Amino acid sequence: MTQNNGNGAPGARGDTPLLALQGISKRFPMTIANDGISLAIQPGEIHALLGENGAGKSTLVKIIYGVLHPDEGAIRWKGAPVSIANPAAARALGIGMVFQHFSVFEALTVAENIALGLNDKQQRKGLRDRIAKVSEDYGLRLDPDATVHHLSVGERQRVEIVRCLLQNPKLLIMDEPTSVLTPQEIERLFTTLRRLAAEGCAILYISHKLEEIRSLCERATILRQGKVVAECDPRQETAKHLAELMIGTTIRPPYHLQEESAETAPARLEVDHLSVKSDRAFGVDLNQISFTVSAGEVLGIAGIAGNGQTELMAALSGETPANRAEAIIIDSRPVGLLGPAERRQRGAGFVPEERHGHGAVKDMTLGENALLSAYRTKGLVRGGLIDMGSTMRFAAEIIKGFAVRSDGPAAEARSLSGGNLQRFIVGREILQSPGVLVVAQPTWGVDAGAAASIRQALLDLADKGAAVVVISQDLDELMEMADHIAVIANGRLSPPRAVDQVTVAELGLLMGGIEAPSPERRDAVPA
Amino acid sequence: MPFRLEARGRHSPIWTWASPVLAIVATLIVSTALFAAMGKPAGAALYTFVVAPISSMNGIAELGVKAAPLVLIGVGLAIGFRANVWNIGAEGQLILGAIAGGGIGLWAGDATGFWILPAMILGGALGGAFWAAIPALLKTRFNASEILTSLMLTYVAQLLLIYLVVGPWKDPEGYGFPQTRLFGEGATMPILISGTRVHLGVLAALIAVAVCWLIYAKTLLGFQLRVLGQAPRAAAYAGFSGEGLTWFALLLGGALAGLAGVFEVAGPIGQLTPAVSPGYGFTAIIVAFLGRLNPIGVLLGGIVLALSYLGGEQAQIALGLPKAITGIYQGVLLFFLLGADLLVHYRIRLVRRVPARGAA
Amino acid sequence: MNGFELFTSVALSVISASTPLLLAATGELVTEKSGVLNLGVEGMMLVGAVIGFAVTLGSGSATLGIVAAALAGTAMALVFAVLTLTLLTNQVATGLALTIFGIGLSALVGAGFVGQPLQPLPKLVLPGLSTLPVIGPILFGQDALVYLSFAALIGVSWFLRKTHAGLVLRAVGDSHDAAHAIGYGVIKVRYLATLFGGAMCGIAGAYFSLAYTPMWAENMTSGRGWIALALVVFAAWRPARLLLGAYLFGGITILQLHIQGFGIAIPSQFVSMLPYLATIVVLVAISSDRTRVRLNTPACLGRAFNAAG
Repeated sequence: MTQNNGNGAPGARGDTPLLALQGISKRFPMTIANDGISLAIQPGEIHALLGENGAGKSTLVKIIYGVLHPDEGAIRWKGAPVSIANPAAARALGIGMVFQHFSVFEALTVAENIALGLNDKQQRKGLRDRIAKVSEDYGLRLDPDATVHHLSVGERQRVEIVRCLLQNPKLLIMDEPTSVLTPQEIERLFTTLRRLAAEGCAILYISHKLEEIRSLCERATILRQGKVVAECDPRQETAKHLAELMIGTTIRPPYHLQEESAETAPARLEVDHLSVKSDRAFGVDLNQISFTVSAGEVLGIAGIAGNGQTELMAALSGETPANRAEAIIIDSRPVGLLGPAERRQRGAGFVPEERHGHGAVKDMTLGENALLSAYRTKGLVRGGLIDMGSTMRFAAEIIKGFAVRSDGPAAEARSLSGGNLQRFIVGREILQSPGVLVVAQPTWGVDAGAAASIRQALLDLADKGAAVVVISQDLDELMEMADHIAVIANGRLSPPRAVDQVTVAELGLLMGGIEAPSPERRDAVPA
Repeated sequence: MPFRLEARGRHSPIWTWASPVLAIVATLIVSTALFAAMGKPAGAALYTFVVAPISSMNGIAELGVKAAPLVLIGVGLAIGFRANVWNIGAEGQLILGAIAGGGIGLWAGDATGFWILPAMILGGALGGAFWAAIPALLKTRFNASEILTSLMLTYVAQLLLIYLVVGPWKDPEGYGFPQTRLFGEGATMPILISGTRVHLGVLAALIAVAVCWLIYAKTLLGFQLRVLGQAPRAAAYAGFSGEGLTWFALLLGGALAGLAGVFEVAGPIGQLTPAVSPGYGFTAIIVAFLGRLNPIGVLLGGIVLALSYLGGEQAQIALGLPKAITGIYQGVLLFFLLGADLLVHYRIRLVRRVPARGAA
Repeated sequence: MNGFELFTSVALSVISASTPLLLAATGELVTEKSGVLNLGVEGMMLVGAVIGFAVTLGSGSATLGIVAAALAGTAMALVFAVLTLTLLTNQVATGLALTIFGIGLSALVGAGFVGQPLQPLPKLVLPGLSTLPVIGPILFGQDALVYLSFAALIGVSWFLRKTHAGLVLRAVGDSHDAAHAIGYGVIKVRYLATLFGGAMCGIAGAYFSLAYTPMWAENMTSGRGWIALALVVFAAWRPARLLLGAYLFGGITILQLHIQGFGIAIPSQFVSMLPYLATIVVLVAISSDRTRVRLNTPACLGRAFNAAG
């Protein structure tokens, strides 16, 4: 085995790992995030860190990057023990990190953003030329003077990556990088990463996307509940086995009755040439969006974040009025100009993208949160006065019916884990027996168990005759759940296609906005 | 940092009530130190501010008289603050209420009739509400900060009052002093407890507390206001009208402040002068926080701060301290209140730098 | 008085009315750029005014007085910073508390100084230049604080746009989570920005008691601190527009004094309302362009940052 020297040959395995973690533990008041974790990364290796939401991946990586300090354990860099005091120290060692929720500054330019990630003055000299060179070299095109707020999500990630590359990293950590990219952009990213690895830069790739890991990574460490449960070569394993290692049990795919016949099922939600101007500073205007969802049908709306999903959700829920009353029709009644409470009375339900601050109020009890959307539909208010008894009973019903782990209806929403709070919110909407349910990002940041039960609950609702719309960035999820799928890009919606008649590649192109959708066709294509 | 703040799973119920007490105790300690620095006897702070004012029946009655406007304004502000509507101009709304209600009283002259007082009270509420409607309109239509607009209007209101009292409404038999005539019998607030100055306004304050508590704790409206304050997007999601709630919060605060104004001028003061309020509108902000933005708490907080006004007057008379001592006491109290509030939401954890153990 | 003399006289009074606004607003702009909303400007100015007056009177040195005023403002800002940055209190409420406290404290300290006379701040005298007609007194005959106000504005503008430290400050105000993730000391930056704001407000207050009307009177700033806050919004947090705004308001303040001189029969109280009404009008005009407000407001303004999560 050859000894590691900075420019290791591709795939060289030295005796000394680049980074070795031994017995790393980190505790928080409510949980043990990392429990005795050991792992080793060789120079030039593409190493996956696998685990579902809440397994401890982010904590471990923050420790490596110096944002957090371990309670126990040792870190060795190139064989020598180190203590990484802060991100600047990590950068000085040669560790770069591309964050999941990008640490970019929206009001500043690309050059300024990159300058902020560079440690010392020397590195900031001649910055614009260096940015130009690196982005040219690696095919990551960037305009140094563009304000980041104007950039697409894929471009913002490029800013993060270029920021790291300018430091000549030996180890590049990527935290869930592909959740916001089109399939084509993912391929481009992988090309860049493979090239970096070939040049001797190790990559620590954090993800829960099994197919990607099998395609990209040569070694994988699997975490579950803060501990390492397995180490393997992902190329030699099946996705199913990796998933089972991650979750610890076998998972059943969600069960969905085939609907009788799309032609005879009545249309429950009809959206007709919906156009809405965005009221956000850098929002996307909705442009002639049209689609129909029938009883028993699940329509998936795919798309990268920032293409109008937030505006579409707001228009459908009534938080933003539509351009005309007939733009949105529920059970043959026009609701386009009505507010959320009135739409709920006509049988609609909504689960917004963000749990905290939008779908629920974190400092209020579950009972009060139940009141938030159900106060009229469940008759919880009489004569202006709140009937606390009924409210608490309804909350208890949700908790029981949807297996929400909590201290009861009087528990504050903030004390629930992400998965449990999401179960509560989805349960709250479903127990109002909506005829039309629109959900955005139903399983974002949610552990696999809760994700599976939420998806099943949505499918069960559809099987009872409701029309369900799922807006999601997770293409796999949509392909699994939906009967028809459409893509939203730049505020326009592609014509819905039956899920078994469309390929991921086609969808990927649509997500990238390649094909301009024609707005006239608004009928769902029958299976 | 030798300590770290850790969010609690839920609000600590003990500290919800203990933190105002802690703040009061801390303020008294600081006041004692301040008094000592100014050469006054050590126990003087405690005695002057806490004991002396309530040591007689008359003292307690005076407490009620001073607390009434604070509580009246405070409950309205508390509900508004809960909705994240920062009405800082209550002082100006109080003045407009005094002008409107007092104006009706002056117009009534020496007439007596059962209609005069209700008209004055209504006028006071409407005057204050009108003055608060301006920031409400500017915020909902033009997105202008209600903090700055309501505050600017306070200065305008003060100038308007001076103009009236020095100009068109000046008492022709007042020897040129800037003041109006005294209100006639029919336009003076009735005394509720003879021998004291306890007037109708004190009763009104208690009614306001009850009504506001009902709204806050039991109604959908109160719930809507709280949601708006904590999570405006959740409020939109629920279908609550942010604009309507903002109007309500400001109009409520303004009307109650206006009521406080008319009760003051038609009660203890008896006429319109350039200084109808020793800063009640601002002190009420402290009262609202002292009461943890809860109407019942505001009642208690109003009493505590009324005590501080009486104490301040005592300090001036008995110890020869300047009037400003009250303002300092109140400011310090608010500081400690805000600081002590921390303990309701967070736990303090000492952090010791433990070197990471493990295989060398 | 001929036309030139009138113009000069008006220009000089506008400058003196605008200088304290410019000083205070420049300080508050830096504070807000880092994401901290300090509403205690009025309180900090008053404390600066009274301390500046007291020290100048006692020591005979205006320079010492100005330095003392800056320190007093900084001390007030420190109280605010500890409460809001370390103890995570609500920034709006704490700023109000600071104002109430400052009004009371300054009245207490200043009680003994009411009515005491003081020599105004000396004005610059450059032989030959200062005596030129019109531009002489305007450009070359001002006191130190006027020049300081311009120097500070230029300095702050350069700092924010051209230095790395200024970039870090803007980043902290834009996204404190991102700044923390990269490793910048968010709390430390905010402390420094808040203390700087306090120092500037202290100096602005000193201008009132040492130059504008060389004396001490309770509450002598009469709401100018609040106008300075409105100015920062008006300027969309950009230094260049701050200058425009400060002089606009200074101009309105002076206008109010001259209206009566023009023989227009309006009661003086209504004329005195002008600056406050103008502030409202300006605020409305600026705020109603919601997109522009959202683009320019530091995204984290007023939001507490807790590193522990």
